[in-house]
Amino acid sequence: MKSRPSGGCAVSDAPLQPNEKLDIPALLQDIAHYRPRRKGWHWREPVPDQQLGPFTYKETSKGLTNSVPLPAAHYFGDIDPQPDCVVTTEIASGRFEDDIRRMRMAAWHGADHMMVIRTAGQSHMDGLLEGTPEGIGGIAVTRKQVRATRRAIDLIEDEVGRPINFHSYVSGVAGPEMAVMFAEEGVNGAHQDPQYNVLYRNINMYRSFVDAAVAKQVMASVRMAQIDGAHNANATAREAWKVMPELLVQHAINCAYSVAAGMPQADICLSTVPPDSPPAPCMRMDLPYAVALRDLFGQYKMRAQQNTRYMESCGREATVSHVMNLMISRLTSADIQSTITPDEGRNVPWHYNNVHAVNTARQSLVGMDGLREFVRLDLDNPEFRDKVRELKERAVLFFEAMQRDGGYFAAVEQGYFVDSGQYPETNDDGIVRYADGGVAAGTIVERADDYMAPVCHHFGLNHLPEGLSRPCEPIGGCTLCDVEKVPFTDELDPEDNVNVRLEHTAELRAKGLLKPEVEWAGDGIVVVTLFLPAAERVAEFAALELAKAMNLHDPEVIHKQVMHPAEGTLVEVKGRLDVTIDPATLVIPPPPDILSADEVRAFVKEHGLKVVGATVGEDEHSVGMREIIDIKHGGLEGFGVACEYLGTSVPVEKVLDAAIEHAADAVLISTIITHGDMHRQNMEKLADLAVEKGVRDKLLLIAGGTQVTSELARGWGMDAGFGRGTKGIDVASFMVKALRQREK
Amino acid sequence: MREDTYLQERGHLAGLTDEQLEARFWELAGEVVEPLVELARTHTSPSIERSVLMRMGLDSRTCMAVAAECEKRGLLGHGAGQIVLHCATKWSCPVTEAGRRLAAGEGWDEVAAKWGVRRV
Repeated sequence: MKSRPSGGCAVSDAPLQPNEKLDIPALLQDIAHYRPRRKGWHWREPVPDQQLGPFTYKETSKGLTNSVPLPAAHYFGDIDPQPDCVVTTEIASGRFEDDIRRMRMAAWHGADHMMVIRTAGQSHMDGLLEGTPEGIGGIAVTRKQVRATRRAIDLIEDEVGRPINFHSYVSGVAGPEMAVMFAEEGVNGAHQDPQYNVLYRNINMYRSFVDAAVAKQVMASVRMAQIDGAHNANATAREAWKVMPELLVQHAINCAYSVAAGMPQADICLSTVPPDSPPAPCMRMDLPYAVALRDLFGQYKMRAQQNTRYMESCGREATVSHVMNLMISRLTSADIQSTITPDEGRNVPWHYNNVHAVNTARQSLVGMDGLREFVRLDLDNPEFRDKVRELKERAVLFFEAMQRDGGYFAAVEQGYFVDSGQYPETNDDGIVRYADGGVAAGTIVERADDYMAPVCHHFGLNHLPEGLSRPCEPIGGCTLCDVEKVPFTDELDPEDNVNVRLEHTAELRAKGLLKPEVEWAGDGIVVVTLFLPAAERVAEFAALELAKAMNLHDPEVIHKQVMHPAEGTLVEVKGRLDVTIDPATLVIPPPPDILSADEVRAFVKEHGLKVVGATVGEDEHSVGMREIIDIKHGGLEGFGVACEYLGTSVPVEKVLDAAIEHAADAVLISTIITHGDMHRQNMEKLADLAVEKGVRDKLLLIAGGTQVTSELARGWGMDAGFGRGTKGIDVASFMVKALRQREK
Repeated sequence: MREDTYLQERGHLAGLTDEQLEARFWELAGEVVEPLVELARTHTSPSIERSVLMRMGLDSRTCMAVAAECEKRGLLGHGAGQIVLHCATKWSCPVTEAGRRLAAGEGWDEVAAKWGVRRV
């Protein structure tokens, strides 16, 4: 990737190549002069009744030019249908230079909303940070970090062929400044909700609301999408399902306040979560809430978040909960589908878990495409209807009581919010904040009679001179009108910055060395899964010892699950493997040389080619062999090969007899890997019998199965073996080449 | 602590249609936020004033220094942007330069001459 200045100060980058890594140092070159190419949010472009392969999709959008389709897509011509809603991935490694590599991976799996989590504590900093300090559980949001990330995303969106939304947080004490910086730097979406500051960050309530109006108007000036913070009540309340009436109130306060600050309704997104998880009968509880929300907030957008409240360390359990959340999205609606990584219950998300989470959404949304046309919510069911109505009435009662008790600020002082009682029930465990308390208390100032701010998109009283063409005329243009006026501040901390961090991994990059990683380049973290036939606590400590024996440093148990109190425990241990591999020293066999379909067909037409196939031993699986033979799966029949399929559980003797009888050129046996070593015995028996009957030289013996390798099969007397993912062309190609060889 | 009194309290809502109930919900939301919006319309804060200075092209450290001095001198209510603009006009220089000079401690007498000394 090379940078070249063009058009004065602007910098443009050469496009990414799919087979080349992001060049991080190049992204930092000329960063002072990089400018965003576009501003504002991008919604996916729906394609009604989209035809992909043999299918018609009802709820998909324009496809990608580059992507990694779902794992099973190879059965479907590698189609990669993209759902109609924006799909979010949340990234929180603490180092933007590693975040952007993950963004590229996530984008290739269908994420078009990169939500960069901010480091803990930045919301209490009264002002902006500069440079690129490392964060904990998220990055420090700075202009340099934002600009470099935007620059990378610009390249990535060109690579995948779809605009990508970049998102972070306009919250905390420096909200208005954050909003201006984001507007200048082409950030497309942000969380903004003054209630979040008040309740969860203990920022003074007056300051929070006064700042929010300015921040919101600035966000609106570039059509940034706004996401509110209401879902945090779910994540905080002791019994998350009871805060539903309050959630409606919180959403409404932020919506009404945002509209008053000048934000179009179309840009305002409700952050909503199905509040429950199994073993609660969660969908029955969550659906009335989802419907009530969409009834009341029809003019607004829905950002469907996934449940984190009841997340444990089991990635499987989290994924199942999230699929149920996705089903609620499909049965109701979602404009933005957020994803939570399946490992969030155990650590800060890792690269591949972002991809897993995005794929959970993509797979589920595509799998449930058009379902709404066949499966409809039964809103005539009296219980369902009454539940929906009840939630709305409870929310209205909440509002009425707030007004009676003195309005919003008074209600917060009285602990109205995040109380675990379902309003009007209260448990007196709500979050209490005081009007004269919290971070930055006493810092708002009344605007004087001559208050003036000579800039655009400024909310509130502003005594500008009369007759201006625009508010920033007295200063000759503001940064929101003229992007060239945006200043840039580089690193302020000589130690805690990206350049120093990159030096630590410079050798890996320069020499192309390989080290495993989950979060950061060269972090060396690996996970080992062990089943130990022991009780939980014994298993845990034994696993740590085993990890040490595997040369893993700082081993840590990240998941354990009892299979049986005495019989055993599943343990996952992470640790650091300080081993580096130089790929140049690897002996990698060349990939199999496959003939073209036409070449195979021509050979078969000229010479004829007959095979006898069967699934041997006591195995009733016929799928694998059918894939290889059937014309509809691109199998051997499609190349003109005459195929005699004998069925499943066929004795080896019978297969060989049939091959002799039909004067076949090859025998294909399919076998599963068995504990009893039957697969090996079957192959050896076939080879031995062929020798005994004097036909070994006349027949190609080929074995296949999910875990068969060519090396194993040849070792057991076969001419070739084929494993998972084998296609008809692979087998045909081998046979043609072997027969040609034989002719020589 | 309060028991769930929903059934006792909902009487006045029971007769509303769904549309009327939703209208009532939004009417209340509007009433709740009205005083909040008014507070924001008539007040400012250090972060708001820094955001004004940013939009005028000042870098974050300069914004920080100028807004902090305005706060200290009780001048935020006039708008930090106006103060920088005033000095830039007096000094016939760009606002970014006026901001830098004020951040360096220069020119506050000029400001005091117009808006007086600390009054909070």
